[in-house]
Amino acid sequence: MASEAFRLDFEEPIYALEKRVRQLEATEPKSAQLHEELRAKRRELADVTRTVYSQLDAWQIVRVARYPDRPKFSDYTNMVFDEFVELHGDKFYGDDRALQTGFAKLNEYKILLVGHQKGKTLKERNECYFGCAHPEGYRKAMAKMRLAAKFKMPIICLIDTPGAYPGIGAEERGQAQVIAESMFTMSLLPVPIICVVIGEGGSGGALGIGVGDRVGVLQFAYYSVISPEGCAGILWKSHKFAEDAARALRLTSDNLLELGAVDDVIEEPLGAAHRNPHQMATRLKIYLLRTLRELLEIPEEELLARRYARFRRIGHFIEEAPACDLD
Amino acid sequence: MAIGQSETPARSPNGARPKRGVPEGLWLACPGCSATVFAKETERCMNCCPECDYHMYVSARDRIRHVLDDGTFEEWDAELLPADPLGFIDKKRYIDRLASEQARTGMRDAALTGCGMIRARRVAFGVTDSAFIMGSMGSVVGERLTRLVERATEQDLPLVIISGSGGGARMHEGILSLMQMAKISAALARFSEMGGLFISVLTNPTMGGVAASFASLGDLVYAEPKALIGFAGPRTIEATIRIELPEGFQTSEFLLEHGYIDRIVRRPDLKSEIARTIDYCGK
Repeated sequence: MASEAFRLDFEEPIYALEKRVRQLEATEPKSAQLHEELRAKRRELADVTRTVYSQLDAWQIVRVARYPDRPKFSDYTNMVFDEFVELHGDKFYGDDRALQTGFAKLNEYKILLVGHQKGKTLKERNECYFGCAHPEGYRKAMAKMRLAAKFKMPIICLIDTPGAYPGIGAEERGQAQVIAESMFTMSLLPVPIICVVIGEGGSGGALGIGVGDRVGVLQFAYYSVISPEGCAGILWKSHKFAEDAARALRLTSDNLLELGAVDDVIEEPLGAAHRNPHQMATRLKIYLLRTLRELLEIPEEELLARRYARFRRIGHFIEEAPACDLD
Repeated sequence: MAIGQSETPARSPNGARPKRGVPEGLWLACPGCSATVFAKETERCMNCCPECDYHMYVSARDRIRHVLDDGTFEEWDAELLPADPLGFIDKKRYIDRLASEQARTGMRDAALTGCGMIRARRVAFGVTDSAFIMGSMGSVVGERLTRLVERATEQDLPLVIISGSGGGARMHEGILSLMQMAKISAALARFSEMGGLFISVLTNPTMGGVAASFASLGDLVYAEPKALIGFAGPRTIEATIRIELPEGFQTSEFLLEHGYIDRIVRRPDLKSEIARTIDYCGK
């Protein structure tokens, strides 16, 4: 159930029906007529939810992806994995809270889990800068991923960030350099890497842990070169055009699949992940297990060649036949 | 992240927009010291201010003249043309923006790549032009640079890329632009594994997705003096943390002090510095 404090306007018809269903459920004793009404309302609720969620525009999807009740990294560490043993620190500067790393168990597989953490309480959110990692976060991720490669552990990255942190300290400690180095490093690690965008795929901050053999995205997550607000501010000269920018950027899961930026879209439960976190976690787990089994079959050299080819082919341009009148 | 809020490479203190490219007028105002300087003299100094040594904008074509031996540049992949994969429209259609930028700059997109000689040493050479949609990286820039890296790997050539981009990854091509960062970085990783030498030269400005990919991945990273270099744009940072940024923040000198670049190199010295580096590395 959605908490009262953060409501999505387009979910209003759903909230109204959910409230009615809750009332009916609480009424005791239930007459035959009441049972009938409850059944009808539940059916209506499912239909309305399906309709609302089938008609979301790009900006509404961005808002679902950012929704405070949406399951986060810390939820999935509990629901998808049997154990999460956090490993802290980049052994250089500090321990970034926005990017967390650790050993985890996915059924019989021992893996390294890397993910952005946005936090649930205000205190947690402040500690991890609302999921915006600093350079020490990417340094930590790189170090732990190298460790995983050394001990032949597959890597799973769960991406959920508005972007890498823009601040003085971040620039002083080489934000641009660490993101570049992280992509460089990930492209060569000789173990399977699966990346899934679970909420926000914010630009370089997302891609910094996004170079994998397979890249999946949850149905109502987004992945973009820039935030819609940032794009609107630059191209429309006002943040108020975020809705137009969201549409123009083609950042939704179906667009991403079409453009070849992601390999798979993981369907969300009826009414999105926040309505049924457990079902979402189960689907994510099935996806991770299936993909991991596939990747583990591939010999190391072949794996790296395919990872290179996966990113190599992305891009869209026109290639004319070489002509002599180029100047 | 695409950064950079101004459409011009630099802005003079009096607020006038400096001209792009080689100035046509007889005189021009230096964006660094506001002195009125003789255009011909500035051009002779490779667009550095004769008064204060401010390094002004240089087009990609002029870069080639400054750094490569005369007449040795052989362009690769010139046949690649930008398209409009998203059907992107802001205040203007991207396709129209491309056409006007092409007409204005004489470039097909923001990068030129090829091979040439630096003091008789054969190199794979790439340069971005900060005047073409802010030097931002879309599919064509990403593809040209990746092919450049791949050819440098095949032919075992030293690789030199001179970056100038206020735009980072190009917003108009959305996620495809972002993915170019991973594509080039992966190509550079393979090049490095093969023992290739990559000299990255940062010029004003080098921001966002360009700074956060190939530009930062040089075995050696050099920068021109007083260039603006960083991940997030100064205005984005100010808007986030709501305090005024310190003097000299995100300049070449700031990066040198914090350990992210190897040397600051003045433009007239760049060619000989690159040649010397290639010799030291035995390439």
